[in-house]
Amino acid sequence: MSFPHGSDLETTTRLSRHQGEADARTLDGWRARGGYEALRRSLDMSPAEITDVVKDSGLRGRGGAGFPTGLKWSFMPKDDGKPHYLCCNADESEPGAFKDREVIRWTPHLLIEGCLIASRAIGAEHAYIYVRGEFFEETQVLNAAVVEAYDNGLAGDGILGSSWSCDVTIHAGAGAYIAGEETGLMNSLMGNRAEPWAKPPFPAQAGAFGMPTTVNNVETLAAVPMILENGADWYRQWGSEQSPGTKLWSCSGHLARPGNYEFALGLPLSDIIFEACGGTPSGKPVKAVIPGGSSTAFLNGDELDCATTYEGLAEAGSALGTASPIVMDEDTDIVAAMRRIAQFYAHESCGQCVQCREGTSWVVRILQRIEAGEGRPSDIDTLYELCEQMTGRTICVLADSVVFPLQSSLDKFRADYEALMKPSLVAAG
Amino acid sequence: MAENGAKATVTLTIDGVEVTVPSGTRVIEAAEHVGVVVPRYCYHPGIPTRPAQCRMCLVEVEGRPKLEPSCTLQAADEMVVNTASDTARTARQSVIEFLLVNHPLDCPICDAAGQCMLQDYAYVTNQLESRVDEPKRIMGRDRISDDILYFADRCVICTRCVRFMRDVAEDDSLIVAQRGDKAYIDTFPGRELDNPFQGNIVDVCPVGALVHEDFVFKARAWDMDAAASVCPGCPTGCNVTIDTKENQIVRVKPRHNAAVNSWWMCDHGRRHLVMTNRGVRAEVPLIRDGEQLRPVDWATALDWVAEQMEALGSPGGSAVVSPDASNENLFYVHRLLERLGVAGAAFRVAQGDTAALPTVPTLKLRADRAANATGVELFGGCRVDGLADGSEGNGSAVSGSEGGALVVLDDALEGAGEDFGGAADFFLYLGTRLPGAARNADAVLPIATFAEMDGTFTNFEGRVQRFHQALRPPGLARPGWMVLSRVLARLGDGEAVNEVRGAFERMVAEAPAFAGLTWDGIGLKGAPAAGSAAAAAAAAGIHGPQKADA
Repeated sequence: MSFPHGSDLETTTRLSRHQGEADARTLDGWRARGGYEALRRSLDMSPAEITDVVKDSGLRGRGGAGFPTGLKWSFMPKDDGKPHYLCCNADESEPGAFKDREVIRWTPHLLIEGCLIASRAIGAEHAYIYVRGEFFEETQVLNAAVVEAYDNGLAGDGILGSSWSCDVTIHAGAGAYIAGEETGLMNSLMGNRAEPWAKPPFPAQAGAFGMPTTVNNVETLAAVPMILENGADWYRQWGSEQSPGTKLWSCSGHLARPGNYEFALGLPLSDIIFEACGGTPSGKPVKAVIPGGSSTAFLNGDELDCATTYEGLAEAGSALGTASPIVMDEDTDIVAAMRRIAQFYAHESCGQCVQCREGTSWVVRILQRIEAGEGRPSDIDTLYELCEQMTGRTICVLADSVVFPLQSSLDKFRADYEALMKPSLVAAG
Repeated sequence: MAENGAKATVTLTIDGVEVTVPSGTRVIEAAEHVGVVVPRYCYHPGIPTRPAQCRMCLVEVEGRPKLEPSCTLQAADEMVVNTASDTARTARQSVIEFLLVNHPLDCPICDAAGQCMLQDYAYVTNQLESRVDEPKRIMGRDRISDDILYFADRCVICTRCVRFMRDVAEDDSLIVAQRGDKAYIDTFPGRELDNPFQGNIVDVCPVGALVHEDFVFKARAWDMDAAASVCPGCPTGCNVTIDTKENQIVRVKPRHNAAVNSWWMCDHGRRHLVMTNRGVRAEVPLIRDGEQLRPVDWATALDWVAEQMEALGSPGGSAVVSPDASNENLFYVHRLLERLGVAGAAFRVAQGDTAALPTVPTLKLRADRAANATGVELFGGCRVDGLADGSEGNGSAVSGSEGGALVVLDDALEGAGEDFGGAADFFLYLGTRLPGAARNADAVLPIATFAEMDGTFTNFEGRVQRFHQALRPPGLARPGWMVLSRVLARLGDGEAVNEVRGAFERMVAEAPAFAGLTWDGIGLKGAPAAGSAAAAAAAAGIHGPQKADA
C-alpha cells in the first residue's frame, strides 16, 4: 500500500510515478521506463557539470534539514588524492515519515542510479546505502537490485563501458534513530556506536573512514536522475524560488486517506490535509498538525493555510522537515501525544550530551506526572526552561527535536496541560 | 608576526584578558594561560580524543550564535571568548541540574566526596536545589574488573575511562553500553578488563563512579594527607601522589610529569606502593652484647658503632646495598665504604614482567623491580644474581663469610645462610626490617623507608627525582642519611645532617655523577644527572655529537 493515491489536486507524481508497478523493480522493467539513461548521460558530463545542474535545480535535502544538495556536493575537496565516499541515508526513522521506504521498495534502481550519479559528481569511489535495520523487505529488494546492477555493468568496475568505477554497498543498520543523523550514520557504518560527533570535522573534510564523504537522503538522491535528464529549469517549474520541485508527503494521523503522496512544493497545507487526504475520518475539526515529522513544531487547526515550502512552514513557526504531517482531530489528548513523542526521543537519545540524555527523560517524567493528574503550574515553567536549556547546546539536534513540539504544544495548547492539573493548584499558581 | 605560511601563534581575548598561544591551541587550554579553568568533564589533557559531549565547557564566543565547546574550539586571532557570561553560566548550571536528575546524591558514603567534580561544580554554579520531583532511575553497582568497582548511578558518562582504555592504552575492552539515560560503562561482551594500566580509569573518573576496591569506604578526602612522591616499583620512577590516613598509605595516584609518566602509572606500581609500608619493622637500634643484640638509644648505638669502626684493623670487607635505597643513603654508605676500604657494594634486583603503555613511550613497567638501581650503579655498585653465587668473574658477590667489615643497607638478605656475616670483623646492618640473616650483625640501625623521609631516586635514564615524606617512621627509625652522617661525623668525616637538603648538597658536592644539581632545581619534575643517558641526550641535542677522541 501507500503508493500515491489518485487525487483531485494537482498531484505531480514525478519521482514516485513508478511506485506500485511491480515490474519497475527489475532492471528490465526499469530500463523499459527509461532507467539509467540519466546515468549514461552523466558519464559524458564532468563532475562539476553534474553538480552545477543540481545546484541550478535548487534541489534541497529531503532528509529534514533542507540543505541545498548541489552546494553540499561542492564542499567535497577536488583532486585531494583521497578516496571519497557517498552515504545514502536510508535510515528513515522520523516518526511520521515513510516515504523513503516506498522509494526503495518500488524503485530500487532509481535510488542506485541516483547514488551513482551523485558519486560521480563528488568523485566517490564507493556508495554506501545505510538502510534502517527494520527495513527487512526493502533491504532484500535493494540487495537484489544491486546484484542486478553489478551483473549488468551498472555498478562496480567500468560502469556502462566507461572507465569510471564505483562500488555500491548496502549496509543494514541495527535500528537506532540516531543512526539517521549523518555523523551517527557514519560512525555506525564504521562499526562504532551510532553517536553523532561534534563538527568540525565536517563530513566533507573527514567523514566515513576519515575520508571526505557526502551524506544524502534517499529521496534527494532519487530526484537526481530526473533532474539530470530534464534539466534544472524543468525541475524549477514546480515549487517556489527557494523550494523548487516536487516532494513526497507521508500523511498520517486522523485522516480519511492517509498515505504517501507527491505534490509540487508550495500547496497550502490545508489542501493537502483536506483535499488530498480527505480531512479527518470522523469529520471532526482538526485540532493540531505536526507538519514535518515528530521533530517539528505543532500547528494549530487554524494555522493550516501556510504554503508547504521550506520557507512557508518556517514562517508559520514550524518546519517542512520530512514533509510527514501527523494530523490530530479535536478528540486528541495533546499531553499524551506529546508524552509519547518525548518518550520516543528519550528512548533514542544516544546518551552523549547531558542535556539530551537527562533532559529528554526528565521531560517524559514530568509529562507522565501531569498526565496522572499530579501536575503543578510550576511544571509548565520548568518545561519551558528545559526547552531553553536543551536548545542549541548539544552535538546534534535530537534534544532540539523534542523541544520543537514540546515548546509549541505549551504555547498553543497550554489549556490542555492545565486541564489535567488539580484545579486548586492552578488557581493558586 | 610573519605573514608567510602558517602563523606560529594566535592572540585572543579570554574574559577580557589578551593571551597569545601557539596556533592549534584549544580555547580550554588557552584559558588556563590566563588563569581561567573552564569546568569540564569529558575533556582530559592526557586523553587525545575530545568528544565534546559533556557540554560543560561551553563558552560564549563573540559573533557566534551558539555556545561553543571550548575543548574542541581552536583559538583564533581576534577571537573574543567569554567563559563567564550569563548565557555560559546558565548553561553550565543547567548541565549540573541535568546531571543531578538521576544522581543518587550519596555523597556521605561516596569515596569521591570532597574531591568530586560534580560536587565542586554544583557549588561553583550554585546549583544547590533541584526541581526534580520524579523518582530517580536506579542502576546499582558492578565490578568492572577484579579490583575496580563501578557505581553506575554516580556516572556522568563522560567516557574518560572508555577513552583512556581505547585511545591511550589501546585496549577496547571497555565500552558504553545501552543509550540515553540508561547508558552505562561496561566491558565488551565476552571480554574482561585485564590491562596492566587499567587503574588509571579510576584516576580519570571525575566523580565517584569508578573506585578501586582496595580503597572503597576506606578514607574521606578530608581525612587524608598527600605527599608528592615517586613510585619505587620499577626504574621508570613514575611521579605519584601518596595519600595517607593515620600513618598508612591508602591510595596512590599518578602525578603529571610529561618527561616520565605523562598522567599515568601502572597497576603494579599502585599495588607495590600501597604494600610498601606493611609488615614488621625494625624500630630500635640494637648492638651486640655477647650472644645477644641489645636495644639501646641512638647516642649509645652510634657511639658504639663509631668506636668499633675505629678499632677495625686492616681495611677491606664487603657490602650489600638495596637498589631501593635513596641516592642520599647510597652516598653516605659509599662514603663509609670508602673509609673502610671496601670497593663497590653488591646489589641484587628482583625481576618481573614488563608492560608498556602504547601511546606513552617513556612509561613502561620495566623488568627491574627496584627504584634506584641506576643510583647504585652511579656509586659503583655491582649487580649480582645472588648473595653467595660463585665468585668467579664476579668479585663483588658477597658470600657473607669474608673477613673485614660487612655493611648491609636494607637488603632483605634472602638466601643468606645461618652463618651469614659471622666471619666478619664488624657486621653493620642498616635496615627498615629485621630479617633473620641479620642475626649475626654487630649492630642493627633501624632506618626509614622512602615513604617516611625526603630524598631522591635516579630513574632508568638517569633522571634524579625528589620524593617527599608521606609517613612518620615507626619507633626510633630514622632516615639512613641522617644515621650515617652521624656515624661519619663521629669518625671525623663531615657533619651530622638533620635535613635532606644538607645530605643532598653534600652528595652533589662530592659525587661527580650528581654535580650541578640543586635541590630546588630538581623541583617536583626531576632533572637529569650529569653523565646519565638523559643528560647525554640533552647535551647532544645542544652541542651535536662529540668526537670520541676529542
